[in-house]
Amino acid sequence: MSKRKMLMVDHIPVPIGDERNLLEVIRKANIELPTFCYHSEMSIYGACRLCLVEIEGRGLQPACSTLPEEGLVISTNTQQIRAMRRMILELMLANHQGDCPTCVKGGDCQLQQLAHRMGVAKIRFSRVKERLRIDASSPAIIHDPNKCILCGDCVRTCNEIQGVGAIDFAYSGSEFAVAPCFGKNMAQGECVACGQCSLVCPTGALYARPSINEVWAALHDPAKTVVAQIDPAVRIALGEDFNLAAGTIATGQIVSALRRMGFDFVYDTAFAADLMTIELGEEFLERLEKGERLPIITSCCPAWVTFAEQHYPEYLDNLSTCRSPHQMLGALVKNKVTPAKGVKPEDIVVVSIMPCIAKKGEVLRPEFSTGYGRDVDYVLTTLGLSLMIKEAGLNFNQLGQDSFDMPFGFITGAGVIHGNSGGVTEAVARYVSEKVSEKRSDYYVYSNMRNGAELREIKVTLGKNKLNLAVASGLGSVKKLIKKMKKGQAHYDFIEVKACPGGCINGGGQPPGKEKNIKAKRSAGLYDNDKMLQLHKSRENPYIADLYERFLEKPGSQIARKLLHTHYQSKKRVYFDMNNLARQESKQAKLELSICFGTSCLVKGAQGIYSGINQYLNENKSLDKVQINTTFCYEKCSRGPVIRIGEEVIEACTLEIALEEIGRQLK
Amino acid sequence: MENARTFEKVCAILNEYNHNYYQLIPILEAVQEEYRYLPEEVMAFIAISLGISPANVFGVASFYSHFTFTPKGKYVIKVCDGTACHVKKSADIIKAMEEQLELQTGQRTTGDMLFTIETVSCLGACGLAPAIVINDEIVYGLLTPEKAVKLIKDIQAKEVPGSNEPGEH
Repeated sequence: MSKRKMLMVDHIPVPIGDERNLLEVIRKANIELPTFCYHSEMSIYGACRLCLVEIEGRGLQPACSTLPEEGLVISTNTQQIRAMRRMILELMLANHQGDCPTCVKGGDCQLQQLAHRMGVAKIRFSRVKERLRIDASSPAIIHDPNKCILCGDCVRTCNEIQGVGAIDFAYSGSEFAVAPCFGKNMAQGECVACGQCSLVCPTGALYARPSINEVWAALHDPAKTVVAQIDPAVRIALGEDFNLAAGTIATGQIVSALRRMGFDFVYDTAFAADLMTIELGEEFLERLEKGERLPIITSCCPAWVTFAEQHYPEYLDNLSTCRSPHQMLGALVKNKVTPAKGVKPEDIVVVSIMPCIAKKGEVLRPEFSTGYGRDVDYVLTTLGLSLMIKEAGLNFNQLGQDSFDMPFGFITGAGVIHGNSGGVTEAVARYVSEKVSEKRSDYYVYSNMRNGAELREIKVTLGKNKLNLAVASGLGSVKKLIKKMKKGQAHYDFIEVKACPGGCINGGGQPPGKEKNIKAKRSAGLYDNDKMLQLHKSRENPYIADLYERFLEKPGSQIARKLLHTHYQSKKRVYFDMNNLARQESKQAKLELSICFGTSCLVKGAQGIYSGINQYLNENKSLDKVQINTTFCYEKCSRGPVIRIGEEVIEACTLEIALEEIGRQLK
Repeated sequence: MENARTFEKVCAILNEYNHNYYQLIPILEAVQEEYRYLPEEVMAFIAISLGISPANVFGVASFYSHFTFTPKGKYVIKVCDGTACHVKKSADIIKAMEEQLELQTGQRTTGDMLFTIETVSCLGACGLAPAIVINDEIVYGLLTPEKAVKLIKDIQAKEVPGSNEPGEH
């Protein structure tokens, strides 16, 4: 037996395993070193300095950015360290806006907790920073810089895990801050509202825009019929806020709580997920048959849809046209299937209870107002619902079980697992396999779709089709996947995308998980829920069959297209006027030429063409004959680079084609 | 227009630095050299070209006071307001120049984009206090408000012929 490498932590020998830093070794020894800026899945930043430990012979060192070495003698609790930790916390608290009782994070704030834990009794320093404006421009996320302690967790999540980079550190010295680009606000920048930043924010500097007051107002308005719908991922996470273990299925209590609070009807979004499974499955089969617009990419995640619209307009045709399930249900309730006789659609208020922050922005999209007002009026996050239950004084753990209202309360397991990354793929596979084989089967567990990796490829044979599927969660993984596709290194038929790592179970609106392996536990909760249900396949849902028979005719029918499907717009990063960006005025110009410098064209080589044309004109001494403009997007991203020469619009242009055309037109 | 914003220069700069993210600061410096400031759209363009987020470029650019996000005039006049110059009444010099250039409170650059007035902490020319430097090239020391105004009038006469009487010699 080889001798294990050891080091000493507070006089106790601790073996060194494959930990990447001292901090993890020390935590393994059951010492909870305080940190703000350390997250095991992100890069090491070393900014908060709270994990300082004393290493014999080296003095104070940050444990997070020190490698574990054999023989180190470490102290984690000395007079000097205690004084240092308090000082750091006092300095943070000095400029922190300490309105704890009214802060959204009050009671659940890491700064508050650590200040208590480290015995900070008094703050010796006074505030030097001026109060900054709260950025409430985004419909989904509010940024309050006065609460920020500059730990950078949000910046690294947004950059490293999500690959979005909507926020970063900006300015310097006392003005150092987390901010969107160019001093813009959250709504103008590139935020897709996934809310992962709010999950890691230790304080109340980034949080979901609350809708609690609006929902209470609707509940207290006797003229309104208030309808709630609950996303699958809410039922296995809400309990965490009431001391239940992660993954505990609390559906019955949640329905019970909603009724007690005054919701008139309570529906299950998993029903709409069943519906979406069928619509998506049919759409997939149709595209497979025609061999067009493949891979089909799921569209149930609004943060992903926004991301695609901003960064990958060339793939918008590949997106499924299915609305996200809660939007399907909202449209049905507002347009077709009013909850009870005599209820007028204009008096209905639909409240979606979601693990998601992006859905707060999604409901405002104009295409989701098909009937009376918005199809979904308000979105409450899981945390929002938890706060309402607490405000109402309901003793959640003592609440009895209650069941959903029909018809939108009957679900199959396929609808429930939608909350997991890979769940949509599995639900669709269950549907498609029976559809193509035209045989009923009792088989329903596709375990190869369930491993927890954020990027995975699955090969399946459904009927005569050998299919390549991909599942990606976390937008950073999605970027990797698309890069691979663009390079031609991978071909898929079906791609499931969820913006949050692990899927909706880890959505930005969920309680910030305190247990270890929280994603796996929540995910297992949903798969357990599937097992406990009698039906596992969306097509077996009798209420869905009935819905098609009575209203929707068949998947993809005209009425289904109106209520269950949607469309997308390219929203490239146009937050400034790029039109006259590069106008080279030329009075003798005979020919006007516009080159698209949109992201897509740029990536496809517009820049090289631009330089090439300039060089050509220069060499031919005809610079003054041509006026070159650069423009921002011809909305033809999939066929870029796009160049307009005179009246001629050339798609998929190369330098040779452009020069030939210029030569021809200049003659 | 002489400084018509053309991406040709940016493209050339990016090529010169091989589209290397680690060369972001030299790229921004070269761009600022070209435009005399960092236009938002150019920073966004650089971000896209380097495959990083615009917020990242802005973060780096805004860290250094050397970079600026508003267009500067052709003549950037840095007025020293360090201790020595301050005691020697640099404030009067600033006031006189502002009046000559008809700058409103808070306005740093003239409407014709000819002048920008900035204050700096120390030019290291305390023996010449009060001192200014124009375009980081020539230091003018032992100034009086009258001398400062004359410097501006001379430039105006050179740049806008006929519109301004040259200062008295």
